[in-house]
Amino acid sequence: MASKRGLGKKVLEHELVPEHRLLTIEEAIDVLRRLGAQPWHLPRISVNDPVARVLGAKPGDIIEIKRRSHTGGEALYYRIVVAYQKGVK
Amino acid sequence: MSMRLMQFRETNVLDSIKFGVLSPQEIRKLARVTVVRGELYEADGTPVAGGLRDPHFGAIEPGERCPVCGNNREECPGHFGKIELARPVLIPHYTDFIYNILQATCRVCGRVRLPDQKIRYYMSIMERLRVRWPQLAKVFSKQITKEAAQETRCPHCGAQQYKITYIKPLFFYEKRPEGDVRLNPIEIRSRLELTGDDLILLGFDVKSGNRPEWMVATVLIVPPLAVRPSITLETGLRAEDDLTHALAEIARQNERVKQFIATNAPETMIEDAWMQLQYIVAAYIDNELPGAYRLTHRRKRNLKTLAQRLKGKEGRLRGNLSGKRVNFSARTVISPDPYISINEVGVPEEIAKTLTKAVRVTPWNLEEIRRYVRNGPYKWPGAVYVYIVDEKGRGRKIDLRFRKDWDKIAEQLKPGDIVERHLINGDIVLFNRQPSLHRMSMMGHIVRVMPGKTFRLNLLVCPPYNADFDGDEMNLHVPRLEEAEAEARGLLLVEKHILTPRYGGPIIGGRQDYVSGAYLMTVKTSYFSKEEVSRLLSISGYEGELPEPAILKPGPYWTGKQLFSLFLPNDFYFEGLSKINAGDLKCSGPECFHDSYIVVKHGRLLEGVLDKKAIAAEEPNNVLHMVALEYGNSEARKLLDSVYRSFIRSLELKGLTMSLADIDLPPEAKKLIAEKVEEYKKQVLGLIEKYRKGALEPIPGRTLEETLEKSIMDVLEKLRQEVQEIAANYLDPFNDVFIMARTGARGSEVNIAQMAAMLGQQAVRGKRIKRGFRKRALPHFKPDDPNPEAWGFVRNGFREGLRPTEMFFHAAAGREGLVDTAVKTSQSGYMQRRLINALQDLYVTYDGTVRDSWGNIVQFKYGEDGVDPMLTYHGKSVDVDRLIEKAKLEEAATRQ
Repeated sequence: MASKRGLGKKVLEHELVPEHRLLTIEEAIDVLRRLGAQPWHLPRISVNDPVARVLGAKPGDIIEIKRRSHTGGEALYYRIVVAYQKGVK
Repeated sequence: MSMRLMQFRETNVLDSIKFGVLSPQEIRKLARVTVVRGELYEADGTPVAGGLRDPHFGAIEPGERCPVCGNNREECPGHFGKIELARPVLIPHYTDFIYNILQATCRVCGRVRLPDQKIRYYMSIMERLRVRWPQLAKVFSKQITKEAAQETRCPHCGAQQYKITYIKPLFFYEKRPEGDVRLNPIEIRSRLELTGDDLILLGFDVKSGNRPEWMVATVLIVPPLAVRPSITLETGLRAEDDLTHALAEIARQNERVKQFIATNAPETMIEDAWMQLQYIVAAYIDNELPGAYRLTHRRKRNLKTLAQRLKGKEGRLRGNLSGKRVNFSARTVISPDPYISINEVGVPEEIAKTLTKAVRVTPWNLEEIRRYVRNGPYKWPGAVYVYIVDEKGRGRKIDLRFRKDWDKIAEQLKPGDIVERHLINGDIVLFNRQPSLHRMSMMGHIVRVMPGKTFRLNLLVCPPYNADFDGDEMNLHVPRLEEAEAEARGLLLVEKHILTPRYGGPIIGGRQDYVSGAYLMTVKTSYFSKEEVSRLLSISGYEGELPEPAILKPGPYWTGKQLFSLFLPNDFYFEGLSKINAGDLKCSGPECFHDSYIVVKHGRLLEGVLDKKAIAAEEPNNVLHMVALEYGNSEARKLLDSVYRSFIRSLELKGLTMSLADIDLPPEAKKLIAEKVEEYKKQVLGLIEKYRKGALEPIPGRTLEETLEKSIMDVLEKLRQEVQEIAANYLDPFNDVFIMARTGARGSEVNIAQMAAMLGQQAVRGKRIKRGFRKRALPHFKPDDPNPEAWGFVRNGFREGLRPTEMFFHAAAGREGLVDTAVKTSQSGYMQRRLINALQDLYVTYDGTVRDSWGNIVQFKYGEDGVDPMLTYHGKSVDVDRLIEKAKLEEAATRQ
């Protein structure tokens, strides 16, 4: 979607889009171990999500997001990339 | 009791439940009767064999013996019956699934319309998805259905496929070249029969033996009589349950169809009767299907059929499963008692004698319990039931209400027996007021049995319950198990809820009289004689020496600040603004001559009056909050149970009342106000004149008319403010009404100005009152009257009295408020319900993440900062300024 509209990497530069980063396998395993969670316990993000497309994420990858938070300053979020998601074609 | 606890021990634990469609074979196996007649009773009143009141449905009358299981009415579980349908019919709520299958499978061979290779590929994805991502599996099967429906030729048998349309509620059409053809239930059923394991792709669980054709009914299950009991009216007439009526309708129609078929009637007649049967069956399952027939009771009331029994607020789920009625509870009117602890609740003796608590007899409480049994069930504190437990642990229940030998039973009591005794002082109970919006709506109180017929509660716990005493009723529940009691004492006790988990501030605390009382006690002008001090301290339960009096001549007098300090922890420190720190009494630091800056050092109130900002409920970072946070809930409770009583007592000593004189304005003030009103009215007329001439500049984004309205509203609002200032300036700031407003006890300067001087512009939906007649709001005015009085401007105050037109406008504006509250409560109530349903089983794990019951992560750190607001200074986990000040004080103390 993103590339079709010619947005390209610009998606990531938008002020409302927080910093996204694709984790390496080692980092991903470390995150899961730290959380004591299985991959399917994480919040999901569709492969078709503009950000996931720009990052070139594949189903099973984990994306780290640095969100700005009212209470906690900066908060780290993790989302797992999935192939299908409700409401997304 | 622990004997009871054993009943709750887990013996068989369910690990999963699977829902499916009841198969025709299963129905036939269950059924003990086949219903073939629509009538219920013969002429002589006996039930029709093969009717819906056939005795084989189970015994329900007293003394009746069930012909199927031989049990009586208590023992017979009830038995199912069946109706063999002459022709199959669709079951309404399954039609969506049927539609999916019809769209996605071949009309000839029944396979999913996708190439073998694709089916295998999708199947492997599906299998994995179903284990870990059930939600995604659903979406995936929807995708597959859509893809398969695109195919116009079956990849397996090559048959031409046609588009299927579904017209709600019960019709399926196939778009063939020769035109649209309706698929009747027989055809649909035979197509569903063709399908095989492919259906897994469409989200159906066919592997465990379920079949899609069961969604088209060939036989209907008829519930036992116990599910649809008939009632005998006092006239001797029998009234049957709605379900029985609906089923009778089905049975009659079914017989009609059967007869048509048997007599070789024309196919159109059969079709019509069949269609009718279809509609009745649909209504039997859901009588509110859009676009379908309604089954009615003599054309008046719609029957309550199966879906109606389950749906909605009074349905089985919300009405009987989510909300149950309970024993060991009481409800009555509440009334205030400022002299019981906030942890207590006053319970009427009558209720204490009705509610009981089961206690096990031990060697240590034997004598105490004997006393209860000797008192019997009618004298408090007594007992109602005794369970004599034998060596084998079996209990024999004795109801003391039907015995006279209470003394004898008391003598026979031995350790191990169980006695249901009355509620006594010191028991803990749960106390609740609806709507239960937060956890503080149900707290643990210690029982205090009292005369009278109402529950008594301390005024300081009104804010968490949002209670007042204009007729409010509250509920009380007695915990039955030791576990429940321990939990109530450890977690639910009122004092553990002084601070709210919402924002960390105190939600329990003074309001109204407590606030004005605290002000009157601690204000600079208040001194108390020895007698008054004794009154204040004794009501607070103070035991100890009197402090040195602040004034020695003309006699010993104490300040309220001295008395308050007696109750603070010795090293308590506090600094903050008072509520009265505003307007002329404003100051920003400890050097405050208006006494509106509170300083407490070493547990002594040195400066500043106590008012709303210091002692009231829902005021974060006040004195109470700091005590609760730094010295614990118990210390805060002691404060609430002691000094807060002296606040209302000092109010009684000093007196606080309101009279007309408090809102009387001197003539010069009235003249000044009249001048102001004239001046501003001229401004309004000027604006209108400007508008008529077309010289008015519109505000960007508004029409000229809107601009005019807005400017008029602004002018009149400015007028109200100026009048308010004049009124405030001419009234004595130390009269009782003003004290209440300034300390935040009740009312505001606006309220005072409205009483003394002028109500100002009344508004409905934020606009002047423009509705009513053509070109005028009331017939008292000329059309298009430019005067503000014609459109809801009220020039008089309550002291002077309103003119009839003004009174009408005021009522109109007042009505809006009432409507708003009514609408707001219903809307926010529904919102709350949805939020609770969505969030109820989220919890904070020990690693700080927020998860649901499957372990799915919702937040990676609770609130993104991992902070419990209940343990913070109004959201801040550390108050640095406070820490520094405290350290300074400590250092100064050690240096001495």
